[in-house]
Amino acid sequence: MTGVVGAVVEAWDELRIHKVRVLLALIGVAVAVTAITGITAAAQMMNQVFTEQAERFGGRATTLMVSAWPTGSTTPSPETYDAEFTRVVERYGIEYASRELFTQLIFRFPTGAQQVQAQVVDVDYGAMRRIQPVQGSWFVPSDVDRFAPALVVNETFLAQLGVEELGAPVTVVLGGDDPVRSTVVGVLKNSWAEEGPTVMMLSEHFARWATPDPMWGPVVPSLSLWVPPELADELTGLVRRDLQAALPGTRAEVYQQGEGFDVLEGGVRWVITGIGGVALLLGGLGLVNISLVTVRYRIREIGIRRSFGATSARVFFGVLMESVVATAVAGAVGVMLAIVVIKNIPIEQIFGTPLDDVPPFPTSAAVVGMVSATAVGALAGLIPAIVAVRVKVIDAIRY
Amino acid sequence: MALLELTGVTRSVRLPDDRVLEILRGVTLSVDAGEHVSVVGRSGTGKSTLLNILGLLDSPTSGEYVLDGTPIGRLSPRARARRRGDDFGFVFQQFNLLPGRTALENVAAPLMYARGRAFWARFRIAADILDRVGLGDRLDTMPEKLSGGEQQRVAIARALVRRPRVILADEPTGALDVDTGGEVMSLLDEIASDTGAALIAITHDLAVAARAQRHYRLADGTLHPITLGAPGQVTEWVGDRPVSSPQHAVPSTFTSTSTPTQAPA
Repeated sequence: MTGVVGAVVEAWDELRIHKVRVLLALIGVAVAVTAITGITAAAQMMNQVFTEQAERFGGRATTLMVSAWPTGSTTPSPETYDAEFTRVVERYGIEYASRELFTQLIFRFPTGAQQVQAQVVDVDYGAMRRIQPVQGSWFVPSDVDRFAPALVVNETFLAQLGVEELGAPVTVVLGGDDPVRSTVVGVLKNSWAEEGPTVMMLSEHFARWATPDPMWGPVVPSLSLWVPPELADELTGLVRRDLQAALPGTRAEVYQQGEGFDVLEGGVRWVITGIGGVALLLGGLGLVNISLVTVRYRIREIGIRRSFGATSARVFFGVLMESVVATAVAGAVGVMLAIVVIKNIPIEQIFGTPLDDVPPFPTSAAVVGMVSATAVGALAGLIPAIVAVRVKVIDAIRY
Repeated sequence: MALLELTGVTRSVRLPDDRVLEILRGVTLSVDAGEHVSVVGRSGTGKSTLLNILGLLDSPTSGEYVLDGTPIGRLSPRARARRRGDDFGFVFQQFNLLPGRTALENVAAPLMYARGRAFWARFRIAADILDRVGLGDRLDTMPEKLSGGEQQRVAIARALVRRPRVILADEPTGALDVDTGGEVMSLLDEIASDTGAALIAITHDLAVAARAQRHYRLADGTLHPITLGAPGQVTEWVGDRPVSSPQHAVPSTFTSTSTPTQAPA
């Protein structure tokens, strides 16, 4: 016990006393560890950015897109679709589900009535597509019970109302056969610069107040289901089977969307790991070089320690430990540096979108960095340790 | 039973030109616990080699070395290292303090190889012994900031910190002036007596040698008991027969006369 503690204390003392030498030797190791750890963490961060961006368009992993398009001249009523969709959701205990429908609705702007691209959804749609309004908020479950429709509009829609900020309640008349004053509860960023006005409203409000233009054809809603990835394949078949049976005269389709992204796939992962490994090896070579010079410089000291009763094993272990302790410290510094760098990356400025779920700094990357650094330290310390053991005590004392 | 006993010990080395150089030729020496012994001799006569063998830093080519009843030749290198740390304290001519470490850290250094309480309490033990040698107020001073005499006192404290049974001093006053050397030797004698450690000093200096209870002269690889009288008066003993003659007189200060054919010190 005291032997091991003594060797570690001795190694730490050596590092403390020869700080400058150690620092010079370890800069390479620390930078290499920062590179390996940082690149791995940055890649994971990019994965998250791309995944979230993809999920905003296609839904979370794994989203089942369900539709049942009529194959003949008759179309099930919207109520039938709703009933069957609800049955599917309840039967399989699906937590997040949203009906979806694209249509055109007439709104009365200060400049006159205008047809607007409308998307009809349920409250869950916001969580399923990571929707983040720039003003106001997404629908909440209590919005379903409102006496007037709630709307989430885009920036162009708000601008056409002559409003800049969603401070005081903003209302707009939803035209049609049964005009109703609806309230804007949230504003979404425009998808592109010249985007026209768009609006999102809840399925219940659409059914109650909206009058779709017949020229757009029959109203055929689809259904999005966010399901656990491990159940996706099984549910795909079951939902298709159930809807096909429940909605005769339609063709039920279910397909999966929102596969995960992995920037560090296959070859790229190996290339990055290889570059990091070479950097670490070069850092290690620098360490071997400086350690060897140092051992020569310390021959007398090694001889004196032998006179204190240091065994060959203790001298070997001591010199090896110096290298291991030093690189472990360098590894820790490298990992901390990588954390600082990664945590300060301006994700929103680089990718143009904030991250909903900022991934924690990957523990695996930190562990790989630390283990690599320590292993390089052990290898780099081996040669100087052998040289130290071969020093003749008598010559060393007189050196 | 003697604490350490050399019987017919030889030490020879093979030179690069394949000749064999005999440094020690049948040295026999017995030292009891607490005894003070000095060995004098010219440079290159093998004094340091003898000390290295005694301190288990080197091994005899032939002959027997028994330490406290244990034949050293039978010990493994690891066991020899342990005995060296446990039983011997070294005082070198050039002090050999560890650079970059304070006086306290230097004195605590041998305790890094101790076990149990001595290891964990190393700094307290080191502080106590530094206080004992009169350097209680210089604990955190770096060696280069200390005078030669103070450095040697740190070295003495370091040699004694593990309470060795034998102190081996190799020219302990060689790098000091006469007065400081005298003070250092008084301290060494006093502490060795207090702790009951045997003291074996090798020296050029007859004044230093005279402090010991028994004296030897190493010449041509062999050890001869001598009696030191008045300055410059040396009686050499061959067996039981005293041989007092001018050609055996030992000068008060030896000068180096080493040549390539002479054994290294």
